[in-house]
Amino acid sequence: MIDRRAFLQLAAGAGTASLAAACGWDGGNAVRPLLLDVSRVNDWVGEKILFSKTRLAPQYDIAERTARLPSYFISPAMPVLQDPQAWRLQVSGLVRQPVSLSIAELQALPRTTYTVKHHCVEGWSAIATWHGVPLSAVAERCGMLPQARYVRFDSFDSGYMNGWDLASAMHPQTILAYGMNDNPLPESHGAPLRVYSPTKLGYKMTKYLVSVTFTAERPGGYWEDQGYPWFGGV
Amino acid sequence: MTAPPVPVAPAPAKPVKRHHWIVRLTHWMTFVLLAGMIMSGLQIYGAYARFGERGGPYYVNAFEDHAFPTWSRLGGWLAGGLNWHFALVWPLVAGGFVYLSYLALSGEWRSLLFRPRDIRGAIEMQKYYLRLRKDHPPQGKHNPLQKLTYTFIILLGVLSVLTGFAIYKPTQFSWLTALFGGFQAARYWHFWAVWIFTAFLIVHVILVFVVDPASLRAMISGWYRGRFPSHD
Repeated sequence: MIDRRAFLQLAAGAGTASLAAACGWDGGNAVRPLLLDVSRVNDWVGEKILFSKTRLAPQYDIAERTARLPSYFISPAMPVLQDPQAWRLQVSGLVRQPVSLSIAELQALPRTTYTVKHHCVEGWSAIATWHGVPLSAVAERCGMLPQARYVRFDSFDSGYMNGWDLASAMHPQTILAYGMNDNPLPESHGAPLRVYSPTKLGYKMTKYLVSVTFTAERPGGYWEDQGYPWFGGV
Repeated sequence: MTAPPVPVAPAPAKPVKRHHWIVRLTHWMTFVLLAGMIMSGLQIYGAYARFGERGGPYYVNAFEDHAFPTWSRLGGWLAGGLNWHFALVWPLVAGGFVYLSYLALSGEWRSLLFRPRDIRGAIEMQKYYLRLRKDHPPQGKHNPLQKLTYTFIILLGVLSVLTGFAIYKPTQFSWLTALFGGFQAARYWHFWAVWIFTAFLIVHVILVFVVDPASLRAMISGWYRGRFPSHD
């Protein structure tokens, strides 16, 4: 937690920054952990105070779609499945019945489609349509246990992963998307399956998904562990 | 209307208590924290240095794809900039809230808030500065142009916080984001505020040193002994 002394240190740090004018200064070893502590407070505020479980993100007309939505991966080359037929999503952790689902089985579950604005942490935004199954329907399918507090998403993109709070994961617009703009999910956007939610920043929405794990412990994340806000909600 | 002549040379006036400690504390707090907010903001800006939905059209922006010099940035990289920005905003908003509460409760707002009745005085003051009028118009703690400026800068502060929230949570506060014309427009206004604050800071400091250096000491110690001792 952040106390008054910490705030004063922060304030003093900002003052020093404006005077010292060091190159790309980040606060150094003394301030960095303090900033991460405040970031955890902001995660709490973001989840418990600012996030609404029922508020839906505004939807757009398909005519407003962005021509080219940027896409990223961390592997040296675009991750592609060797054998797409063999791919299955593993759902496990704090559930009554772990399941393994094929794309066809996921498509047989309730389907959600929306056209929403994508917000990147960098500051750009773009509009696209996404098709998929609400994660809450998958949680119901495998009998998520009440002890579950977090969700961990793993990918086949060089170990890229994200941890989510359960409230955001169970939001009605949080889906496992197998389609984009009326087509199957393209490889550049995480084929065959990715997480999508207009309540989160882009880096929280794991692409190239292989498993969903319900946990009691807070999972980290690829960018989150390097200092990006863990909650990452918009 | 009898205009009391304003002494031109620094008069050995009796010192008057000018600024409450809350005002002095929040003034300097805001200076340091706002500097940190602007610097971390410039760091964040570098991650996507333009405005408008992906694919355009993009808004008119003199700093499109511009990287600000390292000395002007705080955070080192995007995550660092974000963490600084979201940490400093707490004490900044808290200080602003304390300051505005003090103004409201103490009645000090009367000498600071620009109201319609100040319009005439503002015109007279402007005439004086343009040398269309020889004598300095009578004034209270602040002249009407100062009131106009300080009222405007407080509103700009409020606008910065609101546009900030519109960018921070465009889904949770979608109504607020829509009010500013959408996510990219809110980013745009948030960025504009930086340059207005910067311009204000430059003019503010110049005026302090050129017109009334005693006011700097007053903002530190609280006591004023300068050319404009008149008070409301």
